[in-house]
Amino acid sequence: MKAFMNVLKRKQPMNSELTTAFQIETGSSTEAFAKKEQSLEDKSRQKPLSAPGLTLKKVNVRYGDTNAIEGACLDIPSGSITALVGPSGCGKSSLLASISRMTDLTPQCQVSGEIFLGKDNILAKGTDLNRLRRRVGMVFQSPNPFPMSIEENIRFPLRDHGMRDESVIRKTIKNVLGDVGLWDEVKDRLGQSALALSGGQQQRLCIARCLALDPEVLLFDEPCSALDPLSSAKVETLIKGLKSRYTVLLVTHNLAQARRIADHVAVCWVQAGCGCIIESGDTRSIFERPVHPITQAFCQGLQG
Amino acid sequence: MRTNIWLTRGLRTAAWLSASILLFILLFLIQESSPLIGEIGLGPFFQADGWYPQEGAFQLTPMLLGSLFVAGGAVLLATPLGIIAALFGQFYAPPALARLYRGLMELLAGVPSVVFGFWGLVVLVPWINRLAPPGASLLAGALVLALMILPLVALTADAALAAVPQQYLRGAAAMGLSRWGTIQRITLPVAMPGILSGVVLQTGRALGETMAVLMVCGNVVQIPSSWFEPVRTLTANIALEMSYAVDQHRTALFISGLLLLLLTITLVAVASHFRRMQHE
Amino acid sequence: MNDGQKLDSGITVLIWLVSIALVVLPLSMLWDVVREGLPHLSFNFIVDQPLDAGRSGGVGSLLISTFWILGVCLLTTIPIGLGCALYLSEFVIPHSQSEKLLGFSLDVLAGVPSIVFGLFGYAVFAIQLGLGFSILSGGLSLACMVLPLFIRTAEQALRTCPKGYRQAAIALNISHAGFISRILLPSASGGIAVAMIISIGRALAETAVLIFTAGYVTRMPGSVMDSGRSLSVHIYDLSMNVPGGQSNAAATALILVMMIVLINVLARYLSRRWQHVE
Repeated sequence: MKAFMNVLKRKQPMNSELTTAFQIETGSSTEAFAKKEQSLEDKSRQKPLSAPGLTLKKVNVRYGDTNAIEGACLDIPSGSITALVGPSGCGKSSLLASISRMTDLTPQCQVSGEIFLGKDNILAKGTDLNRLRRRVGMVFQSPNPFPMSIEENIRFPLRDHGMRDESVIRKTIKNVLGDVGLWDEVKDRLGQSALALSGGQQQRLCIARCLALDPEVLLFDEPCSALDPLSSAKVETLIKGLKSRYTVLLVTHNLAQARRIADHVAVCWVQAGCGCIIESGDTRSIFERPVHPITQAFCQGLQG
Repeated sequence: MRTNIWLTRGLRTAAWLSASILLFILLFLIQESSPLIGEIGLGPFFQADGWYPQEGAFQLTPMLLGSLFVAGGAVLLATPLGIIAALFGQFYAPPALARLYRGLMELLAGVPSVVFGFWGLVVLVPWINRLAPPGASLLAGALVLALMILPLVALTADAALAAVPQQYLRGAAAMGLSRWGTIQRITLPVAMPGILSGVVLQTGRALGETMAVLMVCGNVVQIPSSWFEPVRTLTANIALEMSYAVDQHRTALFISGLLLLLLTITLVAVASHFRRMQHE
Repeated sequence: MNDGQKLDSGITVLIWLVSIALVVLPLSMLWDVVREGLPHLSFNFIVDQPLDAGRSGGVGSLLISTFWILGVCLLTTIPIGLGCALYLSEFVIPHSQSEKLLGFSLDVLAGVPSIVFGLFGYAVFAIQLGLGFSILSGGLSLACMVLPLFIRTAEQALRTCPKGYRQAAIALNISHAGFISRILLPSASGGIAVAMIISIGRALAETAVLIFTAGYVTRMPGSVMDSGRSLSVHIYDLSMNVPGGQSNAAATALILVMMIVLINVLARYLSRRWQHVE
């Protein structure tokens, strides 16, 4: 989030943005999509799990002279939900942003180390960011649907990625809205402005919009922190239902939420002025048998 | 975001095209002026015996001084008044009145200069004429221009005052400073670079104004010895003579245009220097 | 009451008095224009052709010329200006040499005296490009003058685009062209409309640029290649060069001022509504 504020203020040169974040549009991305169109059409409701896992090896994220997070090592298995928990300022959001290389948009931000998505190191120099961001979907803290109609929020990204077949588009809209449990709520008013939806509905629409592009990994950056408890519960259930088809990584400062929906938990903490992952493992062992003293205190609500 | 090379190129072209208009104007004025400057040098424009274009005497000094006096008089008058108006809007007027006041200033800032000129011609000039003939004079020009730039000085000063951080004012209130004490010791000094930046920009506008001064200044080529004497400004000179000027005479008018442009560039540079100061 | 308090309340009184005087004077000026002009203003005055160098008749053809000049000016300003504003808000690298150079050029251009645009337009559009004294030369010269104002206002509007939209667009890997056309421009459209209206106000008020470019001819224009006199030039000509033209000059000035007021109100209304939607 902080990363973004910097981009928008544009206090510093954005060389990096121009050379890396804005890659020249090549034919390949649209061609790739045309092929995917086929697969989308016969995509069954229970898509067999094909999502690769993520492996973080000694990832450092720096903003200028300050380290946001250092030496983060983490395995994020596919088909499950991994939660990154920790107090604010421990670098967990920065770590999340680096997985879709959103960190490239902050001029002074440097990411080093290795992040493997399947076999590809996405921090490597030649990474095709267009392809990466198609594979990795991201949902933000506050719902940010585009100022257009509900269905246009999904149609526009699809068309922009080169899909022209209106019947496939319609089918996709219905499928993804169904996936997020919005179809029955909005099927009669698809043409209405998305901004008229409630916060929780907006957030679910944003998730649907991500799913429409058929990603492999889903990143959630505190997706419920701007929502009321009821909507938040709906979104939680929804995320839980997604894990069979996607690799899900969730940043949250809500421990109870992590405990409810995550299969694996990684705890971030600030040590010596710099964030790091102090402990990770499956949810049960982290909450019931934490090893690290800080984790013990944190998970029992004594700190943070 | 995926970027399209043609989109980037198209927008970049539009941007540089807009910016290069200035370069075009500068180059074109230099090109039009250079033959005469090359022939007689710059000296005669400031030393010759007056402005007799038919006889090849192109002394611009009276017009340059006319421009400087009219603009200077207007700025000297409009600056303190504009600052007072801005203080009124920021600190004295109740919020509803302040909004109305600002709206009026914005409206007045948009009134065409030819309307100011018209009013000067039919109301102000006869009035000055009763005091000291002929009426069309340096004073009339300075007054009309002051009236014209005042709303803009007030609006920029208003913005500069509004940009003074609130905690300074709260600090002053905590120390029990009076309202005027706060303004005098804290607000004005902090906002001064921003106010000055606006004043410098309006000086440029006053120097470059054509219609209003053309209509009320009398347009006699002379170095005025009092505020009640008619003068001719550089801009009025161009407007009056361009339609029939040929050869060297025409070139001399382009040289006065170049002179105006160079003055403008200097003033904008000074103003942006002040603006940077405000930000630091 | 001590001395400090006396000074403080004295200054308060002074500031109130001066500030009231400062609006009374220009308002009395506008009142003079209304008083002189209103008796001559009628429906016929608005539609009739000027007769006897403008002493009698109306301003019908001049209104048409003014709108044509305005049209040429806007048709040039909007595409180029919007392109430039988009480049400044989206593409240029902040604090780079090009940004500084572009910004400085536009700032200077905004301060260039209008008579210099008149000289430039006369020599380049009218003479060198052979467009003559015409609505086209006038509109193009005017566009050069209005361009920086439009660019800066439109750029500000574009910069208010909520960051969430941009964030989402990047994460969804939307094309930049798609982002601009479907999200950025629609979300800034209110501000861009305000920029347009402010530019129209500026163009309507301008006189000096048009004297040597659009010319003086009072006939109804048949094409953009004809010379056409704008309302502002008409006011100038009637009051300076036509003895007995003052009352019609006042009526024309009244029309022009009313148009400016209308534009001002419209701009304020639109920008308030637009900010409200945000």
